[in-house]
Amino acid sequence: MKNVKFKSVFDIIGPVMVGPSSSHTAGAVRIGRIVRSIIGTTPKEVEIHLYQSFAKTYKGHGTDIALVAGLLGMDTDNKRIPESLKIAHEQGMEVSWVIDREGKTSHPNTAKIVIHNDNSTTSITGISIGGGNIQVTELNGFDIALSMNTPTLIIVNEDVPGVVANITDLLSKKKINIAQMNLTRESAGEKAIVIIELDSQDIGDVVEAIRNLPHILNVNFFN
Amino acid sequence: MFYSIEELVDQANTNHNGNIAELMIATEIEITGRTREEIISMMEYNLEVMMNSVVDGLTATKSATGLTGGDALKMDNYIKSGKGLSDSTILSAVRNAMAVNELNAKMGLVCATPTAGSAGCVPAVLESASNKLDLSHEQQIDFLFTAGAFGLVIANNASISGAEGGCQAEVGSASAMAAAALVQAAGGTAFQASQAVAFVIKNLLGLICDPVAGLVEVPCVKRNAMGASFAFVAADMALAGIESKIPTDEVIQAMYQVGTAMPSAFRETAEGGLAKTPTGERLMEEIFGSDK
Repeated sequence: MKNVKFKSVFDIIGPVMVGPSSSHTAGAVRIGRIVRSIIGTTPKEVEIHLYQSFAKTYKGHGTDIALVAGLLGMDTDNKRIPESLKIAHEQGMEVSWVIDREGKTSHPNTAKIVIHNDNSTTSITGISIGGGNIQVTELNGFDIALSMNTPTLIIVNEDVPGVVANITDLLSKKKINIAQMNLTRESAGEKAIVIIELDSQDIGDVVEAIRNLPHILNVNFFN
Repeated sequence: MFYSIEELVDQANTNHNGNIAELMIATEIEITGRTREEIISMMEYNLEVMMNSVVDGLTATKSATGLTGGDALKMDNYIKSGKGLSDSTILSAVRNAMAVNELNAKMGLVCATPTAGSAGCVPAVLESASNKLDLSHEQQIDFLFTAGAFGLVIANNASISGAEGGCQAEVGSASAMAAAALVQAAGGTAFQASQAVAFVIKNLLGLICDPVAGLVEVPCVKRNAMGASFAFVAADMALAGIESKIPTDEVIQAMYQVGTAMPSAFRETAEGGLAKTPTGERLMEEIFGSDK
């Protein structure tokens, strides 16, 4: 088979999404949703930095509404996306905005989301690269490159010895190959985050099995 | 898998009795490993969203910026007045396309086909054709697989992104996909469907992407209306037996060349065309403030 960009009819007919823009709305929902799955809960206090094109056109594209919808756990086709700011308020999520039109970033559609929950702070930067596709480029100050096009496990765990070994051991027993792996943490002894990109899409009950390992706080799988 | 329009028509004729939708479903099974039932059910969800978007967009409310909204309803009233000059099938497609893109601008739920900015054409033509030709649910699903098959070839040989290839790649592709699917829904051959694609793209060749304030509103809503109406004319030309002098694959190649040569001011940057008219610039200032 030739190497072509579009292979499936659903690359052309779809995705179903709340408008108006695949990059500035659907992509923003996905960035918010990734952030939510990384922290594993509804954030209490959020500071959202918008840069360049996101900063210039967020009002017309509903980028702000879309990011908050994602933080609430909504997907791109959720009809309640337009009400996200109200829902966030009802759920006690405090959102503040930093609009930086001139700030230099590597990509014009960049959002940095800083979450303060209880005593911890998590910072995540996402970019929207077109057609609803996104990348996570920074996590707690570490440069990462997470395309979310490959099957990805995001695991939040207590920062104690042996957790990563348990996870990789489990994947190896299930014959699941790791393509790439990232580790980061808030500070020593606090929560840690493990991001694992996999070769297999179908991983069966592995998410549940990881969830049952000791010291695991949250597991999400994107494929 | 088919990589050109010629291959698409050949494979449909050789293996599927000239039925492009069947070829697309068989190809999707082969490439993704999904079952026929799964694939049909995914398309059914898209169809449902499309048909709802045609109805949900038909309101007087405006988008957040106030740039668009309410024109589909005006067309609906005009159709009901019976004074329309064009055939009511075409006018209802025009209304539908504006309804979907107005809904998109209002953060409503749409099916990006092939993109959000050109999401109006295919559902508009499908809804209107369903009434005219009394299409069954299965025929409506086939319509979308046929449209998708042509869209895949266009996307892989030219572009479906305004930022890459201008509006010819978005509304041009969407209108061409709708025209082809319309030909097959009306009983035309795979070859005739391919001719309708050529007619549309030839005539939208060079169409720039110049959205006011960079937003998916002006002129996107009305361009979808034109794309939907033109799909009917192109399908009628093909069904009449008219053929394109330039083969469809070469027309798509021309679209790619034109897109590549197009200055970036005309590729979704809001730095040219209608976006740079005095009114376009004033609207942008009103929406985003003078410091942009």
